[in-house]
Amino acid sequence: MSTAVIDALPEASAQPSRVNYLNASYGIRSWLLTTDHKRIALLYLSSITLMFFVGGAFAVLMRLHLIQPQGALVEPDTYNKLFTLHGVIMIFFFLIPSIPATLGNFLVPMMVGARDLAFPRLNLLSWYIYAIGAIFTLYATISGGVDTGWTFYPPYSSTFSHTQVVPVALGVFITGFSSILTGLNFVVTIHKMRAPGLTWFRLPLFIWAIYATSIIMILGTPVVAITIFLLGLERLLHVGIFDPKIGGDPVLFQHLFWFYSHPAVYIMILPGLGVMSELVTCFSRKRIFGYSFVAFSSMAIAVISFLVWGHHMFVTGQSVYAGLIFSVLSFLVAIPSAVKVFNWTATLYKGSISYQAPMLYALGFIGLFTMGGLTGLFLASLATDVHLNGTYFIVAHFHYIMVGGAVMAYLGGIHFWWPKITGRMYPDGWARFAALVIFVGFNLTFFPQFIIGYLGMPRRYAVYPPEFQVLNVMSSAGASILGVGYLIPLIYLIWSMRYGPAAGPNPWQAKGLEWETPSPPPTENFEEIPVVTEEAYDYAAPHTGVARG
Amino acid sequence: MTEIMQTGLGLLAAIQEGIPIRPPAASSIAEGVDRLHFFLTGITLFFTAVIFAIIFYFMVKYRRRSEDERPADIEGSLPLEVVWTVIPTLLVAVVFVWASSLYFENSRPPSASMEIFVIGKQWMWHLQHPEGPREINELHVPVNVPVKLTMTSEDVIHDFYIPAFRVKKDAVPGRYTSLWFQATKLGTYHLFCAQYCGADHAEMIGWVYVMTPSDYAAWLSGGARGEPMAQAGEKLFNRLGCATCHLPDGTGKGPSLVGLYGKQEKLRSGEMKLVDETLIRQAIVTPNSFLLPNYAPVMPTFQGLINEEQVLQLIAYVKSLGPEERKANSK
Repeated sequence: MSTAVIDALPEASAQPSRVNYLNASYGIRSWLLTTDHKRIALLYLSSITLMFFVGGAFAVLMRLHLIQPQGALVEPDTYNKLFTLHGVIMIFFFLIPSIPATLGNFLVPMMVGARDLAFPRLNLLSWYIYAIGAIFTLYATISGGVDTGWTFYPPYSSTFSHTQVVPVALGVFITGFSSILTGLNFVVTIHKMRAPGLTWFRLPLFIWAIYATSIIMILGTPVVAITIFLLGLERLLHVGIFDPKIGGDPVLFQHLFWFYSHPAVYIMILPGLGVMSELVTCFSRKRIFGYSFVAFSSMAIAVISFLVWGHHMFVTGQSVYAGLIFSVLSFLVAIPSAVKVFNWTATLYKGSISYQAPMLYALGFIGLFTMGGLTGLFLASLATDVHLNGTYFIVAHFHYIMVGGAVMAYLGGIHFWWPKITGRMYPDGWARFAALVIFVGFNLTFFPQFIIGYLGMPRRYAVYPPEFQVLNVMSSAGASILGVGYLIPLIYLIWSMRYGPAAGPNPWQAKGLEWETPSPPPTENFEEIPVVTEEAYDYAAPHTGVARG
Repeated sequence: MTEIMQTGLGLLAAIQEGIPIRPPAASSIAEGVDRLHFFLTGITLFFTAVIFAIIFYFMVKYRRRSEDERPADIEGSLPLEVVWTVIPTLLVAVVFVWASSLYFENSRPPSASMEIFVIGKQWMWHLQHPEGPREINELHVPVNVPVKLTMTSEDVIHDFYIPAFRVKKDAVPGRYTSLWFQATKLGTYHLFCAQYCGADHAEMIGWVYVMTPSDYAAWLSGGARGEPMAQAGEKLFNRLGCATCHLPDGTGKGPSLVGLYGKQEKLRSGEMKLVDETLIRQAIVTPNSFLLPNYAPVMPTFQGLINEEQVLQLIAYVKSLGPEERKANSK
């Protein structure tokens, strides 16, 4: 497992010499002024990768600090900034744009058989908006940081914190527009630019997932933008909106914030669910089991996700009856997620399963997402949530969903489409090894946190009672393995861009329009717009191996 | 395979010996919450195991044996979809009913609860017993007596959390929240702030001491620990000049407060309002936010003039003029 095995593919001898989107033009201007969705995807890929490692570095420092109950590394003030910036950067600048802005940008036009997104220049604009938001946040980080938690709860954030709340809030506010524009671009593209014959029910499930995500982005993001705007207004001008001392209501902020931020969880995970459907079908060479159930479960998740925000507030003194309603709706959202897991599992039945790296990430995803989803039941249950809310149990739960789920799917997707994006193969042995290291490291890091949480240790504690030390050390040890696991792909993927063997148009013998064009694709994606005559995932039909169009 | 089993067993042994899997269960609701928790843990482990087992079975049985394999198409199956939609739905319905009824029971304080007031403040817990004693980051309570905490915050949102009792509630500035518990085991238990509240959030912790009733009585009477809250409230009531308008016979510029607590009062808008801690607080802090039918809105606000502790003392005083005295007066 630990030795690099470079698969010698039949196409490996054919070096990509023809004109493609990567070599069509050169120079920094050709990248910064590009309107090619594929190049914009790469701009996003490099910026979110940077943000991922910045956010990850904060996590490493936190886990190091928590090795000792009295804190091993930093002052409590600094620790508070670390977890705040870790959260802000990972959520707003990595997870939310991750799959949609990179794989989505690259794949949506190719999967629907179009030459670009509906609004190419808007697409470039959304990257610039993202970059400006990220620069604001990084500036705030360097100029003192922020210590409110990524949730920005007032009146602490509006009145009491002495840190750079406004620049960070502004960064988040700005980057929200990038998400709205990206969502808009996807919705219009999916509605209007599908190739002839590509009906809604012939679309790859990745497109359904991106569609559902885009709807959440368009409807939800303006609410958090307004909320953060009001917070800034209150902090700067002391308008009494959230601080009760000047006539406001701090719980109002939580309602507004979670009205977006709970659906935002699905912005992070739904695209991952879409990636999963592509991976599981390709590596078991099977049509997805129950296509329409998987497609509609994405839509169901998108709709219900807007009605569950109150489950973040069971202990704020919210009425018992409101609690009941939010609880039942939170249970409901678990069902479409379960349906997806069952359908992926059933897809494997009587398939032809191979275990290349993307599939290992996919299988890891199913395990971690199942655990993350099931532990969500503990938090939807009113009686147990009272005890678990605000403890490490929550931290463990949402990392199972967002790291075990979303990041695993993202990495699986990157490994799956890497040959398409770069035209090169990476060493499969290393990739499988990394998937295993990440899976083990992840579980070692976060499983103990479920127990720490039930034992009662609150989250966001810079110091803690010594009885929790053993489990915290286990968690920190796991985090060091996880950190190494994330560095390995960074190294071999960069290596492969120059030294990897040529991949050919379709190294996995996958179905889908993106595989019917050369790798890397030409700037216009398809020489001729393809005409679709078959259902999605028609793996039973023999592989033609001929690029159409 | 045997190695994995051994490692697993070793870990289990370590857990049994060294790492506890639940905090002490020291309140009347703790066992119930734990039962639900371990039921959910069972469900989680069961379904994770089932899905893993199926996946591993398929992985081995249907592994790719040759590159040209083209497995036959399977479209899906409506009966299966129905089955695996209905089963989770029934299961979560059971959990919902169980968890919600337990929560319902757990959130209703018995009427005979003794009352203690809590003020969260960066970064300490300030606790006040009606009999007078005040504590910081320590809470003494008698065993087997229901205790209701009425809580607020002087600054930001805090959260009062006693893991051993399985209770938690935010202390929110500008309003009162409450929680209750009945300690069932003598001992000393953690008290945490569970809502991030700034620099020393992690130091906003303390201890809960569960004592026998006689020890508690001795603790209450031991030493001079301040006067009873209602008495302090009465002094404040006179000092702030409240007594000039709120005459006990109702002839003043403001309504009489005698026997008001716990009553439904009619507002000028016709709305009926229960006179509870929240309404009294509102009347003191933002008096003109609601109007009474027979009184002009002439009361000044006391916001910023008195702190949360003093508001609680005034409330304790108003409560001490409770309905019993009203009955006595009207006879």
